Amino acid sequence: MSNLVPSQEEIAARVKALESMLIEQGVITTSMVDRMVEIYETEVGPQLGAKVVAKAWADPEFKARLIKDATEACKELGISGLQGEDMVVLEDTDDVHHAIVCTLCSCYPWPVLGLPPNWYKEPAYRARIVREPRKVLAEEFDYRVPDSTEIQIWDSSSEMRYWVLPQRPSGTEGWTEEQLAELVTRDSMIGVGPVKTPVVS
Amino acid sequence: MNGVFDLGGTDGLGPIDPPAEEPTFRAEWEKPIFTMFAALFRAGWFGVDQFRHGIELMDPAVYLKAPYYEHWLATFEHHGKRTGNLDLDELDRRTAHYLANPEAPLPEHEQSQELLDFVDAVVPAGAPAARPTDKEPRFKVGDTVRMSTDVPFGHTRIAGYTRGKIGTVIAHHGSFIYPDTAGNGLGENPEHVYTIKFTATELWGAQGDANGTVCFDAWDPYLTLIATIEGAAA
Repeated sequence: MSNLVPSQEEIAARVKALESMLIEQGVITTSMVDRMVEIYETEVGPQLGAKVVAKAWADPEFKARLIKDATEACKELGISGLQGEDMVVLEDTDDVHHAIVCTLCSCYPWPVLGLPPNWYKEPAYRARIVREPRKVLAEEFDYRVPDSTEIQIWDSSSEMRYWVLPQRPSGTEGWTEEQLAELVTRDSMIGVGPVKTPVVS
Repeated sequence: MNGVFDLGGTDGLGPIDPPAEEPTFRAEWEKPIFTMFAALFRAGWFGVDQFRHGIELMDPAVYLKAPYYEHWLATFEHHGKRTGNLDLDELDRRTAHYLANPEAPLPEHEQSQELLDFVDAVVPAGAPAARPTDKEPRFKVGDTVRMSTDVPFGHTRIAGYTRGKIGTVIAHHGSFIYPDTAGNGLGENPEHVYTIKFTATELWGAQGDANGTVCFDAWDPYLTLIATIEGAAA
């Protein structure tokens, strides 16, 4: 059947129909929708994770606390909440590179990365990254990890939420946390991309 | 349940093709659907595990091809019907109305400070799944364990690609709500959670990455002890 999957128009109508019934039940309001959207469009996003990474790069004592208990360490920076109640940071080294996935659905550390990009939630990435990780990173993300580096994939099957602490790039000695945070990308905290190359101004 | 949503290791799904940029919400309808997760959780339609199971019960062809938030719509309808909170015939009637009249307004309603306060409280506080238990953890870091070969018909978090595989316990996280009961409406029944590290060759044989590993979280009942290291810390 060519129309097995509903069209955007059909989904939009069904969602509006459901919303109308939930409004009448008092379960949801339009201002509640606006507030949730505002939070995840403008307040909770990967800039928060970047701030944590930059602080860990700049402050060894904070980094030690972050690795010991990421949830508590993030709270020091006012970062916490839904879908990140129990977080663990995975520290990249020359020997091990980490990447995260949720093969069973779409689990992702919302408080530090915001809502996941669509490719993270879709079947191809979830299916392939646990089976051919080096090829997926090279071919789909143009990110090459040497064969001598272990690729360690973390499948978020429980409520533990994993994310990556990438390696601090060389050439950033003496940089402020604000400067360092500019180098940290969402993809580097998922583990599918590098941090930005530092440009000395 | 042994469904297509359990995707780890499936071949033939095509390229990933990540776009350079995309908006948080790609369509207006994604915004109310996203908000309904918190609203319906608050209203008692489901817990997180039941929410996931409602998605797992979708038509697999639609699951694989539909836009992501269509999954959420499917589980909301499933649990709305299951709990008696949603009349699907009425939903059909209203869908036809809005399909014919896409610009027709939503019902007039009073805004609710209580719901806004709920959002502003739950987003930073979250909904922790950690739960105390009197059960002793049966495993400790360093133990060699085998993943269950069970294939339950209901909700579980045993991924097919880990079933029967042997790995090493590398972390013990404490005790949490147990999906195999909570997801099937049978209560929280907390169990200890561990991270198990598998080599890629254990999972995929000769086709596995020679220098690859996969870490997977398992609840205590998923595991059988194969070998233990005497004196290792729990």
